[in-house]
Amino acid sequence: MLLKRNAKLVLEDGSVFYGSSFGFSSSVSGEVVFSTGMVGYPESLTDPSFKGQILCTTYPLIGNYGVPSDKKDSYGLDEVFESESIQVQALIVSDYSEDYSHWNAAKSLGSWLKEQQIPGICGIDTRALTKKLREKGSMLGKIIIDEKEVKKYDPNQEDVVKKVTISFATVYDPSKKTITKIKNDFDIKKINQVKRKKIVLVDCGVKNNIIRNFLKREVIVIRVPYDYDFFKFEFDGLFISNGPGNPKTCKLAIENIKKAIKDTKPIFGICLGNQLLALASGANTYKLKYGHRSQNQPCIMEKTDRCFITTQNHGFAVNPKTLPKDWEVFFTNINDKTNEGIKHKTKPFFSCQFHPEAFPGPVDTEFLFDKFIEEFK
Amino acid sequence: MGKLAVKHKIKKALVIGSGALSIGQGGEFDYSGSQCLKALKEEGIKTILINPNIATIQSSKGMADKIYFLPVTPYFVEKIIKKEKPDSIMLAFGGQTALNCGVELHDSGILKKHKIKVLGTQVETIKDTEDRELFIKRLSEIDVKVAESKAVKTIKEGLKIAKKIKYPIMARAAYALGGKGSGVAHNDDELKELLAKSFAYSPQILIEKYLGGWKEIEYEVVRDSKDNCITVCNMENFDPMGIHTGESIVIAPSQTLTNSEYHKLREIAIRVIRHLGIVGECNIQYALDPESEDYRVIEVNARLSRSSALASKATGYPLAFIAAKLGLGYSLTDLDNSITKTTKACFEPALDYVVVKIPRWDLEKFRHVSQKIGSEMKSVGEVMAIGRKFEEALQKALRMLGTGIHGITCNSISLNKNLGSELKNPTDKRILAVAESMKKNYSIEKIHSLSKIDKWFLHKIKNIVDTEKLLSRCNEKNIPKELLRHAKQLGFSDFQIARLVFKNKKYDENVIKVRTTRKKQGIIPYVKQIDTLAAEYPAKTNYLYMTYNGSRDDIKGSGHNSVIVLGSGVYRIGSSVEFDWCCVNAVLASKKLKYNTIMINYNPETVSTDYDICSKLYFEEMSLERVLDIYEKELPHGVMLAFGGQIPNNLAMKLHRNHVKILGTNPLNIDNAEDRHKFSKLCDDLDVDQPAWTEVTTVNAAERFAEKVSYPILIRPSYVLSGAAMAVASDKKDLDKYLEKAAEVSKEHPVVLSKFITGAKEIEMDAVAYQGDVLIYAVSEHIENAGIHSGDATMVLPPQFTYLETIRKVKETAKKLSKALQITGPFNMQFIAKENEIKVIECNLRSSRSFPFVSKVTKHNFIDIATKAMLGSVKKEQYNTIDLDYVGVKAPQFSFSRLQGADPISGVEMASTGEVACLGKDVNDAFLKALLSVGYKIPQKSVLLSTGPIKNKAYLLDSAKKLKEMDLDIFATKGTYEFLKKNGVKAKKLFWPLEKKEPNILSYLKSGKIDLVINIPKNFEELELNNDYLIRRKAVDFNIPLITNAQNAKMFIESISKLSVDDLEIKDWESYE
Repeated sequence: MLLKRNAKLVLEDGSVFYGSSFGFSSSVSGEVVFSTGMVGYPESLTDPSFKGQILCTTYPLIGNYGVPSDKKDSYGLDEVFESESIQVQALIVSDYSEDYSHWNAAKSLGSWLKEQQIPGICGIDTRALTKKLREKGSMLGKIIIDEKEVKKYDPNQEDVVKKVTISFATVYDPSKKTITKIKNDFDIKKINQVKRKKIVLVDCGVKNNIIRNFLKREVIVIRVPYDYDFFKFEFDGLFISNGPGNPKTCKLAIENIKKAIKDTKPIFGICLGNQLLALASGANTYKLKYGHRSQNQPCIMEKTDRCFITTQNHGFAVNPKTLPKDWEVFFTNINDKTNEGIKHKTKPFFSCQFHPEAFPGPVDTEFLFDKFIEEFK
Repeated sequence: MGKLAVKHKIKKALVIGSGALSIGQGGEFDYSGSQCLKALKEEGIKTILINPNIATIQSSKGMADKIYFLPVTPYFVEKIIKKEKPDSIMLAFGGQTALNCGVELHDSGILKKHKIKVLGTQVETIKDTEDRELFIKRLSEIDVKVAESKAVKTIKEGLKIAKKIKYPIMARAAYALGGKGSGVAHNDDELKELLAKSFAYSPQILIEKYLGGWKEIEYEVVRDSKDNCITVCNMENFDPMGIHTGESIVIAPSQTLTNSEYHKLREIAIRVIRHLGIVGECNIQYALDPESEDYRVIEVNARLSRSSALASKATGYPLAFIAAKLGLGYSLTDLDNSITKTTKACFEPALDYVVVKIPRWDLEKFRHVSQKIGSEMKSVGEVMAIGRKFEEALQKALRMLGTGIHGITCNSISLNKNLGSELKNPTDKRILAVAESMKKNYSIEKIHSLSKIDKWFLHKIKNIVDTEKLLSRCNEKNIPKELLRHAKQLGFSDFQIARLVFKNKKYDENVIKVRTTRKKQGIIPYVKQIDTLAAEYPAKTNYLYMTYNGSRDDIKGSGHNSVIVLGSGVYRIGSSVEFDWCCVNAVLASKKLKYNTIMINYNPETVSTDYDICSKLYFEEMSLERVLDIYEKELPHGVMLAFGGQIPNNLAMKLHRNHVKILGTNPLNIDNAEDRHKFSKLCDDLDVDQPAWTEVTTVNAAERFAEKVSYPILIRPSYVLSGAAMAVASDKKDLDKYLEKAAEVSKEHPVVLSKFITGAKEIEMDAVAYQGDVLIYAVSEHIENAGIHSGDATMVLPPQFTYLETIRKVKETAKKLSKALQITGPFNMQFIAKENEIKVIECNLRSSRSFPFVSKVTKHNFIDIATKAMLGSVKKEQYNTIDLDYVGVKAPQFSFSRLQGADPISGVEMASTGEVACLGKDVNDAFLKALLSVGYKIPQKSVLLSTGPIKNKAYLLDSAKKLKEMDLDIFATKGTYEFLKKNGVKAKKLFWPLEKKEPNILSYLKSGKIDLVINIPKNFEELELNNDYLIRRKAVDFNIPLITNAQNAKMFIESISKLSVDDLEIKDWESYE
């Protein structure tokens, strides 16, 4: 198909890449980041950690297997997608396939983007763009379609977690395969009476597959907004989810976690959760030049010979040198030596920067969910 | 020494090579073996290599500490073990040959006896993967589904099994040839009917899940001894299940798999490999249901393989090197990513391009071979193309095949008229039939239902077909810029565009016009790096490709202090690993002279495309267009095209006309040697004799010439390498038939006829000259009389049976021609000698197939000398290449057993797929080793003689007597029997196959009563499925050594009468002085 070259990507540094529009036809702005994963665009696009970002896939052929239908399971969770909707501001690819082929596909990627009002641009030298981002760091950018200007938008300047967290505390019960919204103290009391394994999941933009992983292990999930005072619940473990943006903007969440680490109940954090736990412990975080967004990051478990291939999606990292003395490094990235997880030396608190729930990506570290649950009294 | 070598007490390791190239075992094992040797060397471990494949890089100076050109069999390996006393052995780097040899050495207790440690995957694990029953058992322990079959003897049993495996199922009659009694059943009723039929053919039927049409997916897996396990690459076959993966078009990474499918199969791969306990590299193949996530594991190869070589080149991840290090006990986290140098080997490459592999077949070269492709491997080579669109990579790859295909469209290749049947029962041309059927308005749906090719691939091909349509509506004055760009992005070559847009047929001119037009519009390709991490980290090495789907170059040109070396391209019959050896040595020699080296090659089986050979590697087409593109970016000192064989050589004039500086012999002189008229005139001027010849364009003229010089006549088109469409006509009928065939091969070039001289010797000269002065030369002789293609001949160096006078004449003639053609660089000449008179039959101003052989036998690197000459660095030295105290013999390897039905015979058309060479104290010693290396065995009981014309019968009479002296029984066909009887040689007469009377040759062959067949054909070209053919074919089918040439037979019998296996010298290369 010979597409009109009607779209362009303009970066903060003034560089321009010309291409064709294939999703929703509207100009948009955001932080431009790249991901090197070769599969899983439906999962990536719906990952709330991408909120506010324009995603460039380095793998050039995108759209090949279309997009599955948005079937929901009995909890109301999407069966394939990682959240209710597409989270990225826009998508940048090299070669888009409108003609897809897969038994499980319901529509093309382009029509899905249109439905969800997300622009896409193709025909871009995504490798050249990636190299620029690698050299200059993540940048703000705009996708301009048909020369229609748009205002600059910087997701790092606002609390993006607010946009992706759940609005009500919600209980997922795997024994009944149901969900219940917590409306009042009575509901809280009722759930507190249930004598089964329970976790509080602090939702900073949680991916569905994290919830699925707990439910699969027969654990009741009490999913709460990121700024929620969850101490009203009785629970066996505290889980802090992934999410977008700068961890330091999640002030209330950090305060809550500070309280939790005074206790000894098991804590597990993923991605943003790793950073929030670190901040709560007193350590510091910083912004990486261009982040890790890929499915092939090797992380070594400290004090072992074991190295795991992990999925990642983060722009900030924990500075391991700032860890207080009762904390230690759990995982380290062997490529750039950045921190990939921390743990408490004596208490059952640990977290990882990568995504053991995968989707997209390798499932090699799924055992961390088991490790967390094993810690329950 | 490396810390782990010390820790594990590894001081001396034996590496088993793969031997000659054959179908199913190609050049990829030179890559893996040489990487293994480098990895060991880096650790300070002494290495010993056994590999009779003399044309490999691994068997070159400096690669291993000791190199044995000996047969890869347990017998010879044990001899070497006794002599060298290694403490460890590597089995995974020499293909199935090395693996099988290793298992035998283990089972017979030889490894244990000599206290030799197997490095990497252990033999027990290898057995788990090789033995089907063990394999199924091991995988069922971890609940992994395996493609399995169950044998049943009754219909009832069959129905029960079918219920268990679920429909559709496939029933196959056991022990029935040609798939008789096989079929697919979708329900009980169909199965009942099918089984009833099948039991008529066979008492036992195999029932298995029908996987035809399932996706075929492969993962390359690496595991270390610490249990870290990664998948380096996955690949998807364009041709679904039913076609051998070696025969399939393959794409990396997979294109039609979702995250869930990709990672499900990845997780299973890791689980399986951990459970089996593999240390190093392996691959796992799956069938994946195109309608669900159901899957079956097909097999695991616990060694480096064809796929791992492909994966290595496709991703940039040096699999073989890493696998060798892991075998020493390193963990993946200890090792660096040698591409980025800043990251670690423990990661999974992220690609930002797509790779397409297409096999190359040479099926036309074999008589009686079916063109159909299927579950057996027949291809002889493969190409790999890289692009940022599937269409781009696919069209590039099709051109790389070198079979006259220009891409998906614009071809003048004749296809099966019945497209539906071609789609369903594919031949090597199915991919073109897909495009053709689209032009005939077949729907994607229909093509899919016939071919089972995933619709995604079909849509992409449709894009190309649609673009062709748009282009053909344009004319030269009006090609819209966006359309032109789009076409280039879909991989259209300038040639394709010219053919569609221009209405005249001045192709050479038009191609350049298209080039100029698009360059003016800024439509040019960009250079991209393969860096294993999709640009996430900076890459240090320069592993490159070009794409129109980009807007910036990754790298800068190298400039004047660099040279471009054009590689050998695809391996095919007539051109394989030996030309890669030449290219690699040219690169190494240029490096020594401080040049930056730029390699262009697209063959994933080669060492020249390894990341550590040259300063820059373009994994690219070797077309005029692409070489110019690269030349314009790099602006080098010049281009070397004399090392890669005929493909680069054919570009000489075209590049020259486009102002590219060619290093070495002036392209005008290359043309003077290639063009028969010019060459013939030159020979006449120099008083150099050549067989009578003519060039004809009509059958009439051909017949007139033949009558004048008398039959037999050799027929050939100009510009040949492996003798495509060459043939010998014994009479007028033959002549007419072959003229038709030759005309198909090359319309641009008329047909050349020459007098075919019988009973003459053939002599070759390989040499290097500088500005016409010969610097070094080597003369070799063929064992076989002239008439056998030099690639199929057995060569002896230095000559043992040629008159000194003849050698002197050869030398003089070569010097004369070299002077006249002002040769600078390598050249090869072939002569016919009879009664001290010589005639020149071939003159190539490039390196030849025998350059590695002569270099290694004489121990003077001809390529090194040639490269230096081409770069103007000449040292006049005296080289001794004649007076050697040992002999080298080079023998061809045939792959007839892989090619069902092929007539196993050699003639003027080359048919061998590989070669070996061995050294020995005398010609018999070297000859016998060479023949044992290509699979011959010394007969223990009996020999079948069927020696053809009376002349040959007399010629072989002495040999027959020798066989009797050795207490061997002789069986003979009627004529031979009578001749032997008359001459007092006792033999037993057997009936011809078609006589259907006992004692018959066929039943003797079948029951193993004969262990050597000597069958000499009566004339040059036999076409009928006759008695002789049946004898030869059955010998191959029953794996009985076969000799079809009288001189060869005589030499073999003489050698075995003089030497037993125990007499053969076990001596490494260096010790021959």
